[in-house]
Order: sequence, then structure tokens, then C-alpha cells
Amino acid sequence: MNPMAAVEVMRTSPLSGVFVTLLAYKLAVLFNRRCHGHPLSNPVLIGVLLLLGWLLATGTSYRDYMKGGVMVQMLLGPATVALAVPLYGNLSRLKRAAGPLAITILFGGLVGIVSAVGVGWLLQLPQQVLLSLTTRAVTTPIAMSVSQGVGGIPELSAMFVILSGIFGAVIVKPLFSLLGMGDDMVLGTATGISAHGIGTARVFQLSETAGAFAGLAMGLNGVVTAILVPLLAPLLH
Amino acid sequence: MIMIETLLWLVGYQLAGELISRSFSLPLPGPVLGMLLLFCTLAARKSVPDSMKQNVPRFLSHLSLLFIPAGAAVLAYRDLLAGFGWQLLVVLAASTTLTLLLPGLLLKLLLARHRHKEEA
Repeated sequence: MNPMAAVEVMRTSPLSGVFVTLLAYKLAVLFNRRCHGHPLSNPVLIGVLLLLGWLLATGTSYRDYMKGGVMVQMLLGPATVALAVPLYGNLSRLKRAAGPLAITILFGGLVGIVSAVGVGWLLQLPQQVLLSLTTRAVTTPIAMSVSQGVGGIPELSAMFVILSGIFGAVIVKPLFSLLGMGDDMVLGTATGISAHGIGTARVFQLSETAGAFAGLAMGLNGVVTAILVPLLAPLLH
Repeated sequence: MIMIETLLWLVGYQLAGELISRSFSLPLPGPVLGMLLLFCTLAARKSVPDSMKQNVPRFLSHLSLLFIPAGAAVLAYRDLLAGFGWQLLVVLAASTTLTLLLPGLLLKLLLARHRHKEEA
């Protein structure tokens, strides 16, 4: 019997990383139900907090955790592809609104970049942080590569993306209800533009149509941002 | 067996997206390109294969799970984040809110005009 060996396994085995992630998610979902889906009990927010608590309590490093965490994260790719299915289910709505959607996503891409950099500039953040903020609104892989391309810090950009996504997922429903903007297509598209995948996961709980348009807006805003940021970045130099 | 078929579709399209994106050095990541390609395929064949019709909604209902590992990265970069303090939180909150609101309002306006035109 060697208790230290058991602790070591819990800290470094990929298996425990997978298990802890699933457990954190399961508990977060139960908590969310208990709170009757209150926006603050968002499963990503609560799941991340539980996971961080566990990692800090056991002294597990992010690197060791990710040996297992990466297996869960790997499914993000196929999940993104899967968004095509609900989108196809909304084909007729998509066709009817193609023009307004295209204009909105172009405009939204610009707002995403300018609002982050603009507020950051007002608060006198350093230039490298401003460059890392340009990709705040898009999905992590695009954010990291574009940010690196214009001289930002990719890891910092990834953090901005995740924190924005969680914040957006929490506020979108109360905000839009308050303003009487209940249309699923409007809710979904705005969420996809501003809060990428984490927001998309949130609005999927509300309606499949909202989730489908969020997925589309997320993907297309990624394209818009990847094209606009390298064009606009020289203005910051 | 049904799940296997679904995974073949999804992983296959992601792989195709990945290959095209790398070969032409496109700004799109493989999964996003894979989504657009799968969407075009479904539109061309005018139906969703049964396995995906069954499994995809169940898979996507747990989308939140897949973002939890990324959130743990806060642990690794907390010093970097703490270095810029409250200003960062203000920027992220303000920008996320504005980027939800302004495009949302624009789309609402455009759709209303669009519908008006169709009815007229």
C-alpha cells in the first residue's frame, strides 16, 4: 500500500483528467437544474470553477491536467462540424434572411474588434494587450493564430476569448429579454458574433434554431475577423 | 453502429476541412471549414442521414462540456491576467455586451424592413 503513488496517479494520469472534467460538468448541470437554469448557474462557468477548485486543492498543474483534458477538448472539432446539421434544419429561414444576416455579421465583426480595442485604449492598456484583444469575439483557434500574426500574445488572446464567452453566455438571455428581443434568429446570431462557441452552447439550451444561427454567425465572424484584424492592426502601431 | 456512422461523417469533414485549410493556408480553422462543407453537402443531398439526425442533437446538447478544459487554462495564465487587473475585466464585459447588442439591434431592424418588403 503506497498512498503517495495513488495521489500521484490522481494528479498525472490522463484518466483522472477525463474523469474530473466529466464529474465537474455533471455536477454543474445538476446545479444548473437546481437553480432552474438561472443564467449565473451556467454549466461552463460552474464547471470551470469546480475544476479550478479541484486543481488548486490537489496541486495539479494545468499541464498535467491537460494530459486528460485534451481528450475532452478534442471533441470540439467534430462538435463544430456537427453545427451544420441544425443549420441545415433552418435552411428556409436562412435563405429568406441571407442578406440581413450577411450585413449583420460583417458589421458585428467590426464592432467586436473596435469595441474591445477602443475601450482598452481608453483605459490605457499597453499596445501588445490591445493587439491581443482584437480577436476577443472569435473562436479560440482563429483568435490565437490571428493574434500571433499581428504581434499579440496568443495565450492572452485565448484567455480573453474564454472569459468573454462565459460572460456573454451568462448575460445574453437576461439582456435580450430586458430589451424585448426574443426572436431566436436575432438572439442566436448576436450570441455567435459576440460569444462564439461558449455562447452557442448556452443558446442551444434555449432553442435549436438559436443554436444553429449562433454556430453560423460564430464561423462567419471568424472569417470576417481573420480578414479585418490584419488590415486594421497597423493603425495601432 | 449508429454512433460510428455519425463520427465518420463528423471526423471525416473535420479532416477534409483541416486538409483544405492547411493546403491553401486559409484563415479558417479546419472544423469551421468542415462545418461549411457539411452544410453544403446536406443542402445538395437535401436530407440529413438518419444516424446524424439521431445523434447530433444529443451530442450538441452537451456542447458546454467541451469548453471546460479550456477554462482551466486560467490557472496557467493567472499571473499574466492579474498583471492588467480590473481594466481587462471592464474591457471584456463592455465589448462583449456591445457586440451582443449592436449587431442584435441591427439584425432586428433589417429583418423587420425585410419582412415589410416581402409583405408589400
